[in-house]
Amino acid sequence: MYLKGENISFGYKKDNLILKDVDIALESGEVLGLMGDSGSGKSTLCKILSGYVPNYQGTISIDGKKISSKGYNPVQLIFQHPEKAVNPKWKMKDILNEGYLVPQTILDSFGIKKSWLNRWPNELSGGELQRFALARALSPKTKFLIADEITTMVDAITQAQIWDIVLDIVEKLNIGVLVVSHDKTLINKLCYDVISLADINKV
Amino acid sequence: MSSAIAMGNKSLFQGLNLRQKTILIISFTSILLFAIVIISLFLAGNALPTNFESKNLAPSLEHPFGTDWMGRDMFVRTLEGLGLSIIIGAFASLISTVLTLILGLFSSLGKTADSFVSWLVDLFLSVPHLLLIILISIGMGGGTKGVIIGVALTHWPSLTRVVRAEIKQLKTQEYLHISKNLGNSKWWIATKHILPHLSPQILLGTILMFPHAILHEASVTFLGFGLSPHEPAIGIILSEAMGYLSAGYWWLAFFPGLSLLIVVLAFDMIGENFGKLMNPKMAHE
Ligand SMILES: Nc1ncnc2c1ncn2[C@@H]1O[C@H](COP(=O)(O)OP(=O)(O)OP(=O)(O)O)[C@@H](O)[C@H]1O
Ligand SMILES: [Mg+2]
Repeated sequence: MYLKGENISFGYKKDNLILKDVDIALESGEVLGLMGDSGSGKSTLCKILSGYVPNYQGTISIDGKKISSKGYNPVQLIFQHPEKAVNPKWKMKDILNEGYLVPQTILDSFGIKKSWLNRWPNELSGGELQRFALARALSPKTKFLIADEITTMVDAITQAQIWDIVLDIVEKLNIGVLVVSHDKTLINKLCYDVISLADINKV
Repeated sequence: MSSAIAMGNKSLFQGLNLRQKTILIISFTSILLFAIVIISLFLAGNALPTNFESKNLAPSLEHPFGTDWMGRDMFVRTLEGLGLSIIIGAFASLISTVLTLILGLFSSLGKTADSFVSWLVDLFLSVPHLLLIILISIGMGGGTKGVIIGVALTHWPSLTRVVRAEIKQLKTQEYLHISKNLGNSKWWIATKHILPHLSPQILLGTILMFPHAILHEASVTFLGFGLSPHEPAIGIILSEAMGYLSAGYWWLAFFPGLSLLIVVLAFDMIGENFGKLMNPKMAHE
């Protein structure tokens, strides 16, 4: 399976394009790195790929088919700030199971403790919240995972732990991953291939 | 260092006291209003005795609010009127809140829906409120039914505007987009994600709607477009009293008017203190 973005152009303001004619392709099971300067439009591209931005130009497709804006999106985005990705008025167990009933095996591999499930989001650390966000997004219906600086808020050891788990799960489910990071060592460790946004962006 | 701790303790203590004080004010005021309604319901059953021997008496111990030209006790009449006002106010606020809820959630479904709601709000706010109530009231056949419907159908626009703005802000939240990406429908998101955030605001809005509804009903009734003359309404009492002011029977208007003011202020006080309770500085999650 291929996730393809072709001729993607977008600007938050009409006369100020941030992305121009960007082509990007991600294959099932592939772990692709994306690097680029701060403010160059990496997060913007991630949002476009996973259906968060309605008015871009170009086409996003999976195996040539457009992704429906209704129903479960096979392209799931994980954000840099997990505290914004959860409803502060929901208990963790409701947040976790919003998309599908997350199996115990995934909870165990992420080290999500039973006692966390009855807490509110503000009673967990950023790293703990991010595990929930990842578990929530890794349903069998997910084909591609867009990871936009998802471990920037944790220490090196936790970062390695989280990525070990994610890589293990995506390998089993044959999910393609786009890893966005400023951390060259991390990208080199995780990815077969790295692209720089500056190289594919004709702005 | 130690002084910082002492200060921390002190402010915590004050916060707790303030919170308790606030709850106390809310409870006390609510009980007062509730008592008025209960008493008026008891009184409503038996017609007030007319006693022409004791007509137009100035306030005394026996008749604290005086008596009217038929010798009826004004204190009892005022209580009945206030009770009716509060009941009508409650009904009107309830209907207006339901309308706010429906329109608010509807506005969250999309751009067109949102523009429609915004247009409807502007339309209703562009007509003077009292005139709108009178028009609807007449359109509904006038009388008690007319004024109640008129008051109930016209108090949603300002709360709807607040709720709509809040929804707009909420919709930029990442977790709403995530919910959509997880396959949830717009309606599901509106009720499970958006509604819980709105409920405190809507509750507060409803409480603050009460005094408006009560005053509007009384005004429309006073102007002669509202409740019928044999209802024990404050508006009726006040408009009747107008005819006797020149005769020097000041108590006929003074005490009922003052009581209405107190009831209205009581609702404002509940609303204000409730708002303080919701204030994040005081709220304990
Ligand atoms: N919602 C928005 N409205 C207007 N401009 C925006 C918005 N979000 C981002 N931008 C602008 O778009 C440009 C690209 O932002 P983006 O977040 O995609 O960069 P980035 O490559 O992810 O940066 P970083 O590495 O710092 O995360 C920036 O100049 C930013 O100011
Ligand atoms: Mg970014």
